[in-house]
Amino acid sequence: MMEKIMEKEEEQTSAKKTKPMTMIQALRSAMDVMLERDSNVVVFGQDVGYFGGVFRCTEGLQQKYGTSRVFDTPISEGGIVGAAIGMGAYGLRPVVEIQFADYFYPACDQIVSEAARLRYRSAGQFISPLTIRMPCGGGIYGGQTHSQSPEAMFTHMCGVRTVMPSNPYDAKGLLISCIENDDPVIFLEPKRLYNGPFDGHHDKPVVPWSKHPMGEVPEGYYTVPLDSASIFCAGSDLTVLTYGTMVFVSEAAAKESGVDAEIIDLRSIWPLDLATIVASVKKTGRCVIVHEATRTSGFGAELTALVQEHCFYNLEAPIERVTGWDTPYPHAQEWAYFPGPGRIAAAFKRTMEA
Amino acid sequence: MKPKQAKSGSVNQTPPLHLHVPEPTGRPGQATDFSYLHLSPAGAVKRPPIDVLPTDTSDLTFALIRVLDEKGNAVGPWAPDLDQQTMRFGLRAMMKTRTFDSRMVIAQRQKKMSFYMQSLGEEAIGCAHAMALEDGDMCFPTYRQQSLLMVRDVSLVDMICQLLSNARDPLKGRQLPVMYSVREAGFFSISGNLATQFIQAVGWGMASAIKGDTKIASAWIGDGATAEADFDTGLTFAHVYRAPVILNVVNNQWAISTFQTIAGGEDTTFAARGVGCGIASLRVDGNDFLAVYAASKWAADRARNNLGPTLIEWVTYRAGPHSTSDDPTKYRPADDWACFPLADPITRLKDHLIKIGAWSEKEHEETQKELEAEIIAAQKEAELYGTLSSGYAPSPAEMFDDVYKDLPEHLRLQRQQLGI
Repeated sequence: MMEKIMEKEEEQTSAKKTKPMTMIQALRSAMDVMLERDSNVVVFGQDVGYFGGVFRCTEGLQQKYGTSRVFDTPISEGGIVGAAIGMGAYGLRPVVEIQFADYFYPACDQIVSEAARLRYRSAGQFISPLTIRMPCGGGIYGGQTHSQSPEAMFTHMCGVRTVMPSNPYDAKGLLISCIENDDPVIFLEPKRLYNGPFDGHHDKPVVPWSKHPMGEVPEGYYTVPLDSASIFCAGSDLTVLTYGTMVFVSEAAAKESGVDAEIIDLRSIWPLDLATIVASVKKTGRCVIVHEATRTSGFGAELTALVQEHCFYNLEAPIERVTGWDTPYPHAQEWAYFPGPGRIAAAFKRTMEA
Repeated sequence: MKPKQAKSGSVNQTPPLHLHVPEPTGRPGQATDFSYLHLSPAGAVKRPPIDVLPTDTSDLTFALIRVLDEKGNAVGPWAPDLDQQTMRFGLRAMMKTRTFDSRMVIAQRQKKMSFYMQSLGEEAIGCAHAMALEDGDMCFPTYRQQSLLMVRDVSLVDMICQLLSNARDPLKGRQLPVMYSVREAGFFSISGNLATQFIQAVGWGMASAIKGDTKIASAWIGDGATAEADFDTGLTFAHVYRAPVILNVVNNQWAISTFQTIAGGEDTTFAARGVGCGIASLRVDGNDFLAVYAASKWAADRARNNLGPTLIEWVTYRAGPHSTSDDPTKYRPADDWACFPLADPITRLKDHLIKIGAWSEKEHEETQKELEAEIIAAQKEAELYGTLSSGYAPSPAEMFDDVYKDLPEHLRLQRQQLGI
């Protein structure tokens, strides 16, 4: 009993003690904390073992927890997820990495037909408590195979959760929540935010997370709840519904256009915190949806439908969507594709003038 | 077929290319030529030690391990040391599987269930295999391994309630009939998507190894589904991590209407694929209960002793239609099974037991009657809870449960819209 109380106190102290972390360090810290706390947590994927991942998110974890808990896998996304499903059925909590979200397609059958439906089809006899991490989004000259934002594909599958943090604090707290959650979770990491908040002005030097309050991260265990959006900044002119990289780009657009925007960072894309969205749009009467993914059948379409369904009589202007174009993510023309602050500010202006 | 050789030198003289599309050796109205099976006599194939190098099993993948000869004797190095009681139990389990299947096919014709898949002719594989495993081991089956359940202490009433999709269906009406899930019997939820379970079984075995457990996994796939990527992925992962898993390929010659050569079985064997991946592999007479038991035990011992995976191709024949929606007389000779050289697994074990004085025609008949009575009684009880045609289906409200662990807001709203 005494030990438990002491442990708890220690936990609270370490949860309170913070230090500046990049999103990469915050994600690594989340996996470190969970590997330490729960012997059923295992971490694997391509290059994640000895090397520590191409983005270094798992650096040092194999050294600390051994090769049977943190290890490399063959280049086979279907195999990584399929094996993780078997491990989950056994009772483990696998945290796997798909090296780029652009590479999840070979794992599609295992995610859609298996992980997402295992609890349902077995009436709860077997579950898939997997966390599938994958870096997403562009802005790093990754071309069409290292830049995609496929979140809408996951939200269309019933039975998986889709989460995307926008900063180190949320990244760690959400990843811990996902690992502890008994549902399969797609954890999308906006790679343009790994090292600093990016406002969309790609020609300016990178601002490191150490200079941003959201880069201040507790060292120990804490969680950020799933299914809960955060009001990134309060405002009264219009509501911005966004997530991931576009949170800071929207903030820059608001500053530059002088619009008092209420920016909602969805964090959990699906299931969604609809109450926060509806309350905000009812208050502002205007809504702009911003995401980096392609436009048609993107998650913005679902958000648009939900907002009109729940807030139609409060709307003062048509709902705007600012998104990537319906083209593959180009390489050299990356910044013409990217929905930067200029395009977002123009949408704000149209919405305010409507 | 050898391509015609081009005459010396000139490219112009090369014959036009042609696409090779394999054909079965028998179509309706013909007699199938089963010589493609390349059978070995019973007792003729070596039995290596369990720590054999995978490459040293190469010859076994082109031979056929058999124990029961045509006279009903158990012969050769693979003959297992099984007591008579165990063999009688095995025979009874095979008879139970077949009797259950035939009753359920009738129930489907009576529209009490939407669909059924029988395992006629393949009963030895699941029965003997399950008997070679231990409690706690986990099978990742396909839809034709109901025989695995007949060996375990699984309630027939529960199984039939699943088939009838009634109010007592353990899977709450969510799955097609036969897509059972029986965790406590070491029977993983059947997907319906093919091959996906193969790599999952490998993952389950890896988990057991990660935890320092003693349990092993058993993966199942048919000849047709070996063409899916998950099969090869499973082999790669099983080899890389030396996973404690048995990789079973049930080659029953037919994937709905496509012959096993369309899945890649022509001029090679499915067992041979394993050796190429660095996995010890066997090709076994799947209609020989004793051979199935012996090979399964050999593979299980390897897995349990950290010696890694074993791939076993079970050569058998899908005697019935693919499912109740299929008519095999459209694509293969109607009397094919009667001519299949590996014969009927039940008859073969029965003959052996009679030969060694452990069974009689009278006991066989009595057992058959007992099983029929047991299954009819279970069916009657299950039907009390409803059939697909009589109503008493699971509540539509339950349709929204188990999508997530907890019911999210959007599903609560949708359930409300349904008016429940």
